[in-house]
Amino acid sequence: MLKSLHLDPLKCTGCLQCEMACSYEKTGVVNPAKSRIKIFNFEAEGRKVPYTCTQCAEAWCMAACPVEAIKLDKGTGAKVVLEDTCVGCKVCTIACPFGTVNYMADVGKVQKCDLCGGDPACAKACPTGAITYIDADWTGLDKMRAWAEKANAAAL
Amino acid sequence: MAWNRKVLRVNLTNGTCNAEPLNMEWANDYLGSRGLGTKYLFEEIDPKVDPLSPDNKLIMATGPLTGTMASTGGRYTVITKGPLTGAIACSNSGGYFGAELKFAGWDMIIFEGKSAKPVYLYVENDKAELRDASHLWGKTCWETEDLIKESHQDPQIRIASIGRSGENQVMFACIVNDLHRAAGRSGVGAVMGSKNLKAVALRGTVGVSGIKDFAAFLKASNDAKKVLKENAVTGQGLPTYGTQVLMNVINEVGALPTRNHLDVQFEDASKISAEAMHEVRESDGKKHLLTNAACFGCTIACGRISKIDQNHFTVVNSPKYWGASGGLEYEAAWALGAANGVGDLEALQYANMLCNEDGYDPITFGATVGAVMELYEMGVLTKEQIGIEAPFGSAKALAFLAELTSRGEGFGKEVGLGSKRLCEKYGHPELSMSVKGQEFPAYDGRGIQGIGLNYATSNRGACHVRGYTVASEVLGIPVKTEPTATEGKPELVKAFQDATTIFDSAGICLFTSFAWTLADVQPQLQAACEGDWSMEKLNLVGERIWNLEREFNLAAGFTRKDDDLPPRLKNEPCKTGPAKGVVSHVEEMLPEYYKVRGWDSEGVPTAQTRTRLGL
Repeated sequence: MLKSLHLDPLKCTGCLQCEMACSYEKTGVVNPAKSRIKIFNFEAEGRKVPYTCTQCAEAWCMAACPVEAIKLDKGTGAKVVLEDTCVGCKVCTIACPFGTVNYMADVGKVQKCDLCGGDPACAKACPTGAITYIDADWTGLDKMRAWAEKANAAAL
Repeated sequence: MAWNRKVLRVNLTNGTCNAEPLNMEWANDYLGSRGLGTKYLFEEIDPKVDPLSPDNKLIMATGPLTGTMASTGGRYTVITKGPLTGAIACSNSGGYFGAELKFAGWDMIIFEGKSAKPVYLYVENDKAELRDASHLWGKTCWETEDLIKESHQDPQIRIASIGRSGENQVMFACIVNDLHRAAGRSGVGAVMGSKNLKAVALRGTVGVSGIKDFAAFLKASNDAKKVLKENAVTGQGLPTYGTQVLMNVINEVGALPTRNHLDVQFEDASKISAEAMHEVRESDGKKHLLTNAACFGCTIACGRISKIDQNHFTVVNSPKYWGASGGLEYEAAWALGAANGVGDLEALQYANMLCNEDGYDPITFGATVGAVMELYEMGVLTKEQIGIEAPFGSAKALAFLAELTSRGEGFGKEVGLGSKRLCEKYGHPELSMSVKGQEFPAYDGRGIQGIGLNYATSNRGACHVRGYTVASEVLGIPVKTEPTATEGKPELVKAFQDATTIFDSAGICLFTSFAWTLADVQPQLQAACEGDWSMEKLNLVGERIWNLEREFNLAAGFTRKDDDLPPRLKNEPCKTGPAKGVVSHVEEMLPEYYKVRGWDSEGVPTAQTRTRLGL
């Protein structure tokens, strides 16, 4: 079963444990500046919103790469950057509609979420359940459940 | 080595920024943040220095756990000599600023001297430079953050700044970071203002790489996170209700100081409580509280984010206050509310926003307004002097005085003195509810005897977060003691005070101690830091830090007579509640406290104590 990261802004408190975990997993340094998942703070509404790559089925980053440095990991569905192949041309960063592939000037390569090979560090680190790693075919299940509960309560 | 081993020394007089190695011998003796910053300050300035002179220094210090995955590991401390008190000032803040300093590769920044013109410090990893801030002078903290991010075209910069109150030398000005977190007490913002330093802007992309044994650290921090999650206070109470969960509890105990401590119970406590923040407002059908929020690394998330009622008289014509904003936390709600007898939640939120916007401490501000209101009711201060009728309970007067204090105009200048100087000026020093010039926080030292002793002996003036014995005396953490009893309290106060220094010096939040003891912190420190960080060592370091702060104050000229409470708490019994008829017995507890501390009868550490602690 393919799994997918599921992000719930209503549960996010903005603690950045996910950014720390991501950066440590990928670089061996606790460094949110290198995190592939980012938390956005919308001050005026008091809302914190996690955002990262959705692993598009038709991945424009992968299609745009001129040196085939982005490959599909069949086991996880992740679109993975092959660092040895990446030439740092940044075309993928332009192709991605969501901005989730980014160039890292210090290494001269791009980086993006690769689902940590199927065990994403961000989801493990999230203390509130705002980031979960769930059945990719049923990311709407929680919302359905909430509506079902509402409908059921109304019927009683 | 969870320390970066690097200090940034900024000489504002010469305009220089230099890197120097962290004194690791001191780090081994004083851990970090609060303790280590105090050691640097103690070694580098004359404790008798005028706090607002160029000879004072201001230190921003992180701890070894700041910027790590340790829960709440985002704290930093500002250490300087405080203008409000003349004592050591040590103000701690969360948000994201502290961790960013660590990610930029530094442990602390030491500011010395005074700039000829307004400047801000910009730090991008190892690059540090002072930049012109003349366009920022006169701006609020909120405007300053926006303007700096805009001019650098970098929304990821983290900023700590002073507002107009810091520029105007309001004696209780804060340093505000990330819009609504603050190094709040003792006037550290006025020190920054006196140096013409408007802001510190950080961008750190180096990260923290020196954790000694990462696998052991991850296990220790995960174990400790589990303790927080499973604890009723840190796992449920604080995220749901915030610190405001205390309002009704402390009112019931009869220790909610009301109307400048004339009363100990507030008839409108429920209207300004956590529960009230959760209720749907009649006026607009919305809840005051929007959500909870975390500081960096925090798995508790006690922060309150609220939206004020747009129809409220304070903001009906000011849309800029209609967005979400920090607060109310318990201390602010108490000081802006019960301390003045104001039971209007929206008015408190408004005043709290002004405190955040222009950077001043709501505790001292609210308590000072309480004293002004008492002086007004006595006829000592008049409507003409203040600019408004100011009886207890007047939300209009509270809002009016907050606006004046923000702008530094009219009677706001008097309020900006703090209650001690203001009450002295108008002939009633006894009406200042303060110790060493710093106002009490939200617990009455009569109904809760231990906290009264802690206030009297706290090194930065009256303060609950130096030794929060309320945990034991009211909440039963770690063991329940009787709040009105005095027996055993000197030992209790000492134990809380010493342990607290370790939480602060490690770079984590004291609120973890609702669930954690030092035994939960110790494995995290041991895994992260080089050297021996056993329980024995931590106990010794905690006591050493407390005593060093004491030595600073003694050298600054404080004596036994400053370890005292105002006459009201010693002579006027609680009028209602479980502590009815009770006064503070601080004078009975003090000699025992000195003894427990290994100090002589004048409150001076004995030679033996100094030797034992390596002072």
